[in-house]
Amino acid sequence: MRLIVNGKTHEVDVEDEMPLLWVLRDVLGVTGPKYGCGIAVCGACTVHVGGEPVRSCSLPVGDVKADVTTIEGLGTPAALHAVQKAWVEHQVAQCGYCQSGQIISAAALLSANGNPSDDDIDEAMSGNLCRCGTYPRIRAAIKTAARELRGRPT
Amino acid sequence: MSRVGTIARRTFLIGAAAIAGGVAFGVYAYKREPINPLLKDLGDGQVALTPYVRIDQTGVTIITPRADLGQGVASMLAALVAEELDIAWNDIRIDFGPPSGAYYNGIAAAEGLPVPATDSGFKARSVRVVGDAVSKFLGLQITGGSSSVADAYEKMRIAGAAAREVLLQAAALRTGIPKHQLKTRDGSVITPRGETLSYASLAADAAKIEPPRRVRLKPETEWRYLGKPMQRIDIIAKSTGTATYGIDIRMPGMVYATVRANPAIGGSIKGYDASAAEKAKGIIAVVPITGGIGVIADNTWRAFKAAELVKCDWGPAPYPPSSAAMFETVASSFTDERQDSRLKDEGDVETALQGGGVIEAEYKVPYLAHAPLEPMNAVVQLKDGRLDIWTATQIPLFVVATAAEVSGLAAENVYLHSLMSGGSFGRRLEDDYVRQAVELAKAHRGHPIKMIWTREEDMTHDFPRPLGMARMRGAVKDAKVEAYDLKVACPSVTASQIGRLHMPTYGPDIAIVAGAWDQPFRIPHYRVTGYRVPELVPVSSWRSVGASANGFLHSGFLDELIHAAAADPLQELIRLCWHGPSRKVLEAVGEMSKWGSDPGKDRGRGVAFTLSFGVPVAEVVEVSNTPRGIRIDKVFVAADVGKVLDPVNFENQVQGAVIWGLGHAINCELTFKDGVAEQTNFDVYQGLRLNQAPAIEVRAVDSGSPIRGIGEPPVPPAAPALANAIFAATGKRIRELPLNKHIDFA
Repeated sequence: MRLIVNGKTHEVDVEDEMPLLWVLRDVLGVTGPKYGCGIAVCGACTVHVGGEPVRSCSLPVGDVKADVTTIEGLGTPAALHAVQKAWVEHQVAQCGYCQSGQIISAAALLSANGNPSDDDIDEAMSGNLCRCGTYPRIRAAIKTAARELRGRPT
Repeated sequence: MSRVGTIARRTFLIGAAAIAGGVAFGVYAYKREPINPLLKDLGDGQVALTPYVRIDQTGVTIITPRADLGQGVASMLAALVAEELDIAWNDIRIDFGPPSGAYYNGIAAAEGLPVPATDSGFKARSVRVVGDAVSKFLGLQITGGSSSVADAYEKMRIAGAAAREVLLQAAALRTGIPKHQLKTRDGSVITPRGETLSYASLAADAAKIEPPRRVRLKPETEWRYLGKPMQRIDIIAKSTGTATYGIDIRMPGMVYATVRANPAIGGSIKGYDASAAEKAKGIIAVVPITGGIGVIADNTWRAFKAAELVKCDWGPAPYPPSSAAMFETVASSFTDERQDSRLKDEGDVETALQGGGVIEAEYKVPYLAHAPLEPMNAVVQLKDGRLDIWTATQIPLFVVATAAEVSGLAAENVYLHSLMSGGSFGRRLEDDYVRQAVELAKAHRGHPIKMIWTREEDMTHDFPRPLGMARMRGAVKDAKVEAYDLKVACPSVTASQIGRLHMPTYGPDIAIVAGAWDQPFRIPHYRVTGYRVPELVPVSSWRSVGASANGFLHSGFLDELIHAAAADPLQELIRLCWHGPSRKVLEAVGEMSKWGSDPGKDRGRGVAFTLSFGVPVAEVVEVSNTPRGIRIDKVFVAADVGKVLDPVNFENQVQGAVIWGLGHAINCELTFKDGVAEQTNFDVYQGLRLNQAPAIEVRAVDSGSPIRGIGEPPVPPAAPALANAIFAATGKRIRELPLNKHIDFA
């Protein structure tokens, strides 16, 4: 089947029910999205499918009907996305394992809502578990990124 | 390419060969209080040049020989060397280095000794030096006990300064310019005329010069990095998905694997039927491992699926099958025979508690899983008489020994490539997952094998924080706490964990009473007794170890006594506290939280204090009693680690530890049925999520105490401060964790 990941088209020969996460990680070598729970409750595997945040560990690849963007497609070390820049500025990461999913969820929130309230942030981010407890910094970084994105000419 | 990504690949080479064309600098210096003749007896023969600084043609690499589990230790240790060696922050490259006894941890071993951290007397200092010496003799390279920074603070700065000194000498010899006229800046020696000689160009000459035994360290006033916010070396990689964890390793020819071991931890497998699994797509082999099976496949998901298809006949649990039976064992352990320690026995508790007015309570805490978000994993390759292992571990030398034992190879043919870890919280002080991976490698030689546990395997095969119970009695007099008798019963983490490392343990297990017996309070009649419950489920160190439970037990009942005395909870703690630095953190948290002001309707404040790992921490939690349940509004934390070396990471660690403490207190427990952990994933073992995470205000109080680590000490006071706040807001005293068994949370 055909899969577009971070702008690149791939032909993959796998079972339809194989979760997108494992296609990305083991077949395509895209390892930014992480395995944490396998049942869509930790958010470490979050990617954008058609711009929407989804838990790739529980999405059969056969059901993927739109372009996939992972953390690698959001920005790179040389060209950080505004959310990633805010994550660096606030020194959010500790172990960092959940942060790909956190950043992807935050980017989706901010593309839908340029000025999220605390409740909006709660709503969008509570599906992403952080065992290290970086939540206060995640909240602050989202607000910083929102300000930066609002300030940009469109 | 990110630096961390590059480093991860570089580390693959290091175990394999000496660094061609490179040189290693190091320094051995045993600078401690000269009170113990043992140290002099160590003699010159045992001095080794311990390599922390490696320079080759491409620049300087700093060896940071502790596991980075998210606490940021790699950046912190690198900063200690870089500060003295004088290299630019952006040029710093790190490497976890090869496993070596030279990287022994001189502080961690002292934690288990029966000397309170607040004791700076001759005997206490002597005991600590012995702890350090033992660790050095045994070469205990361990990450744990919030000890990395305290252990490295002097020796890694000295290593940096010694390396700089020989580079300066090499430059002086080459240029003929006297050394005192030369300066260094950002990885180069600079002559008075402004010429620069890079460290790389001087390295070969410098290697011929003996590093000085004594060096002068920079005064704090000249620090460039230490004491200031630093950008973590791994922050870009961790913000862009380019950091390489064990789970991310990819190699040519690699195959994928998972395991299923008896879900009754340590139980046997009597037999299995793999016929269905072997027919599944992409399955390479189903192989037996100790107590279970492994499935090797062409991708992880196929391995996961096929592992479920294997029909296993499991042996029984080697411990009581249910939580109820386990708590019965705990409850029946408050006996003279099971008494393990009575390290605090002041005044005359028995007499003080005769007669009326005795306040009594019983408290309970559950088993808790570490559950780092990255499940246990390892990449292994057994080929041509050599075993390579890529994984994260807090005990590298034990991992090598285990791998050698399982593979039958000599230890020198085992190459461990240490990686950063997606959390650990103590989980990677065990090497069970490495043992399994090596068993897979033996069954399938030649190819690199990436073994990943499912979350369910991880949750059901933890070595949890032990369950425990406490029985307390106390009395008050004249609005003051007069007597406190605390009895704690729990299994021994130390015996369980050290036993698995095939090392003996002696004497009482301090972990049973840590965070209780050693608290800096003066109560007229004050006794703490530990009871050792026979081992049930195998248990291990969990972030803040014994204090994780005892913070709640000790501070919870102390708050009850203070309320019974009708005293103010904070003021009474301050009055009872004899230790200056501890009193200051209590005073600080009072000021931060405006303690004493009206918290408002349906709101309450609770305070708790625990001194653990030498760090006094006071926390105030503010809660609201809402129609949907208790909401945690705000937390205030004051802690004293001596000098704070990175204020940003300090704050991040404190906030994370508080969230760890609160989350587990609210909704986490590991219960057992038929010998199997009932909580198998994050749907029922949640911890705190962002919507419940309060704002957390942090203050460092420096009373000139010795430098200490902050990864664990803020955990113990979080649960009791919350329980005490709930009491203040609702009048409901909760004596069992998790709290949500007794009250709802918004």
